[in-house]
Formats: sequence, structure tokens, C-alpha cells
Amino acid sequence: MNELTKMRGKYVIAGIGHTDYGKLPGRSTISLNTEACKSALIDAQIEKSLVDALFVKVPTSAKEFMYGQKLAEAMGIRPKLGGSWDQGGAANMALISNAMSAIETGQCEVALVCYADNPRSGSRQVYARPRGDDAVYGWFSTAAGYGLIHRRHMIEFGTKPEDFAQFAMASRRHGALNPKAQLKVPLSLEQYMNAPMQIEPLRRDDCCLVSDGGAALVIMSEKRARDLGVPNPVPILGLGQGQTSAELPARESLTSTEAVVSAKTAFQMSGFQPKDIDVIQIYDCFTVAGMMTLEDYGFCPKGQFGAWSKGGYLEIDGALPMNTSGGLLSETGMPGLQLIIEGVRQMRGVANLQVAKARNCLISNQGGTMHTHATMILGRCND
Amino acid sequence: MIEFPQPDITDTSRPFWDALNQGDLLFQECEHHHRWLPFRDFCPTCLSDKLTVVKACGRAKLISWVIYNTSMHDAFKNELPYNVSLVQLEEGPKMMTNILIPNEELRAEMPLQLRVVDRGDLKLAKFVPDFN
Repeated sequence: MNELTKMRGKYVIAGIGHTDYGKLPGRSTISLNTEACKSALIDAQIEKSLVDALFVKVPTSAKEFMYGQKLAEAMGIRPKLGGSWDQGGAANMALISNAMSAIETGQCEVALVCYADNPRSGSRQVYARPRGDDAVYGWFSTAAGYGLIHRRHMIEFGTKPEDFAQFAMASRRHGALNPKAQLKVPLSLEQYMNAPMQIEPLRRDDCCLVSDGGAALVIMSEKRARDLGVPNPVPILGLGQGQTSAELPARESLTSTEAVVSAKTAFQMSGFQPKDIDVIQIYDCFTVAGMMTLEDYGFCPKGQFGAWSKGGYLEIDGALPMNTSGGLLSETGMPGLQLIIEGVRQMRGVANLQVAKARNCLISNQGGTMHTHATMILGRCND
Repeated sequence: MIEFPQPDITDTSRPFWDALNQGDLLFQECEHHHRWLPFRDFCPTCLSDKLTVVKACGRAKLISWVIYNTSMHDAFKNELPYNVSLVQLEEGPKMMTNILIPNEELRAEMPLQLRVVDRGDLKLAKFVPDFN
């Protein structure tokens, strides 16, 4: 047993909480974060006074100086450590890892990890921003970067629009069955193909939602959860991270990322292989991001997504159900915490679309234009 | 008139823009022959600060591209639909640019040739198909 495998199951997600998703006009990110954290503490059945660390993912659309401290003040807590962390959508799991490390080294005992943003009723400008000096060529927006990767995937592997549609249709089917999802409309191949293309080759339904909302987790050791009588702790069996970092022109390849490294670490910690995984929540900010994650993790042979996933393989009645609450494409465009929360629900056996007998759930988070990546594997509650 | 976005020209990047103004596309190379764009103070591979600039021959190939059917900046409204493309220079470094042909004629790996074009006071490195 090495330092990594010793961590298997030693830490738990003790509580989960989130606000409504969608359009929440008039709500500040501080207000949304506070509501989510309050819900997570109630879910964990612990007092606020036990929280001694507060790790916040910086609001994407409205960055503020000393945001973590502002939130701590709003919640009336004086944590031993905390702050806001800027790493795109992989930050959620990075913060869980930071919380585990801090607890492991005796710096704190109970950590809140949270995120909130309001780009839907506030400003979406961040998603249409100029991409450095290359804006002189008209190079703008987050979506365009994914479009460049999407095109290259088509070039290298012959990936067809129908293949990307197949990915979106799985998430959208599950979102349509989720009463709390922002977009409850299933997607047909015909609808996918006929939707407008603002930035080709992306079609409308390749792109995630833009959403207001907040979400939070309570992290502590498995032992602490037992001592406190936390009712439904879900063990973290594996966690890994990897950062490609480079801007798109500087990357050796556009069609693989350090998701490979991230998954390898998480699988090694958990002792699992891809074939052992029962249910997955894959970060689908754009369909190509989710597709490449499945390839880089070793679930799907590179460039063969269409054949691999056909026949509803990723759907609720398929072999490997994915994004069982709808993912970023339909539950909420929130960057990643909703996937972790759905993973926890699956491991507690209380998901809206519960996967029968699921013993584990793998979750991916990623940020930037696939600059950062993180992978987590959860085990069953009270197993 | 709405102004096009301008590059943030720093002491580090000024030689690139000055050379482009003379019609030359430069990239950087370190003492260990690592090569890259955009300009910076240290080699991203070996962190050397012994750097030289090299004039690109102008030949390149097309790696990938997107086509904007909507503009995110008013200055580009009259250019719709326009492409933004990732190209690799024959010498290795890659850069974002525009390919000056109808969008439907863009093909993966197509050979390209540098065409330096004016935009106001600025010159930009764009590319055209290379039929040689």
C-alpha cells in the first residue's frame, strides 16, 4: 500500500447542498453560496461551528478580490484556512483534494467546498471574451476553443455530427426526466442536426447551458463522520488531477489531454479499472470535451465513440449510465459541482434516475479549454 | 467607426509586431533550438533566456479552424462569416490566424503561404493557399 492507496475511503463527502438551477435574478453569488452551504450543513446534520475551512471556487463571471473571506464573513464563520481558487471547472475536485490534504496534515477537520455564479441573470461577457492578442483575428469566446478541438477530432478520427449527437442525446434524455433540471427537453438526432451553428462546427446542442446557481459539499474524514453521527457519508475512493495548461496553439495534440494522467491517479488510488465502474458523471461543457474524457480515461477506444456508444450504451438502461441527472447540457451549466452531487445521490441510492446496484460512481471535472482536469471515484454510502 | 481589437504590445512582443510591420513573420528559438510562438522571455521547454528571433519561410499547413456566423465584437460584424484558423509553420511553431479564401474551401492539412495584410496602423500575419 502506498501513500496514494492509503487515502482510499479515508475521506468522505458528508453533506451536499444546492440552490435551484436556472435563472435566479437578483441573487448575489454570496447569497447563492450561503444557501448552498446551509443546505449542505443541514444534509450532513452538523453545526456551522464545526466548519474550520472554507474552500471556494471563484465565480467565473464575477471575480472578486478576497472572495473567500467575504463569504466566510457572510456565513459568520472564522475558518482556520480557506480562500478562493481559480482553476476553471476542475477547481471543485482540486478543492476537495486541498481539503483532504489540509485535514491529513492537521490544519483543519471539517471543510466546506462551494461554488456559485449568476451568469444567466448577470453578465455572460466572460464567455465571449477576447482570447489574448489573437483577438486581432476575431478569436473570441470559450466556445470557439472547443470548436477548434471538435473540428480537429473530426479531422483525425472521422468523427461525425451523429456521434456528437449521440453524446448529447444521452445527457438530454436524463435531464428531461429530472424535474429539477433547467432544460427538460429530450433531443432527437434531427433536432441536433438542424439547430443553428453560431460557431461552426459546433451546433447549439453541443454547448452547455448558462445557469445561475450555487452548490456545496462538506468534506471530513471517514472517522470524523462516524464520530459525529453523519447519516449518509459517501466515501472518496479515488481522486486524481492533471493539467495540460498550454493554450491551444502550443499543445502538441488537440485531441488528448492530461485527463489521461488524472484518471490514472484516480484509478490507482481506488484500485479500480474502467471495466469496474458502474455509473459515470462526465463534464459535458461541450460534447467533444465529454467524448475525449471517455477516450482518455480508457472507457472508449480513441476515435470510436459512435460505434462504442451506440444502442444507448450511456443511457439509464444501458451498460454504463452517464450524466444521470442531465449534466451541464441539461441539468445546469454550473461548472461541475452538480456532477459530484449527483454522484453522491447515486451512492446513497436516492438519485432521480437511480442505477440499480451501482457500487461506485466515477466523476470528471475539467476547466478552461481543457486546460485542467480532475477525476473522482465515489463508493457506496455506509457500505 | 468601431475599432478592431488591438494587441497588447509589450517590450517582449514588440520585435514580433515591428518585424510584421516590415512584412516578416518571426518566431523565437533558444540556444537549444526549441522554437515557439508567441514571444516570451524564457524558453517554455528548457527555460533558457538565450533567445534569438528567426524569420519564418512563410509556408504553413492548416491544423483546424472554426467559422463565426455571429460576431462577439462589433468590428467583425461586416466580416461574417469569417474563419479563425490554427496553422503550423513549416519550422514548427503554431499560431492562430485567418485563411483568406472562402470558408467552404478550407481543408485539413492544406498547404498555406503567408500573406501580411494591413489593418489600419497594424499589419497582421494571415495565410492564403499555397499552390506551389
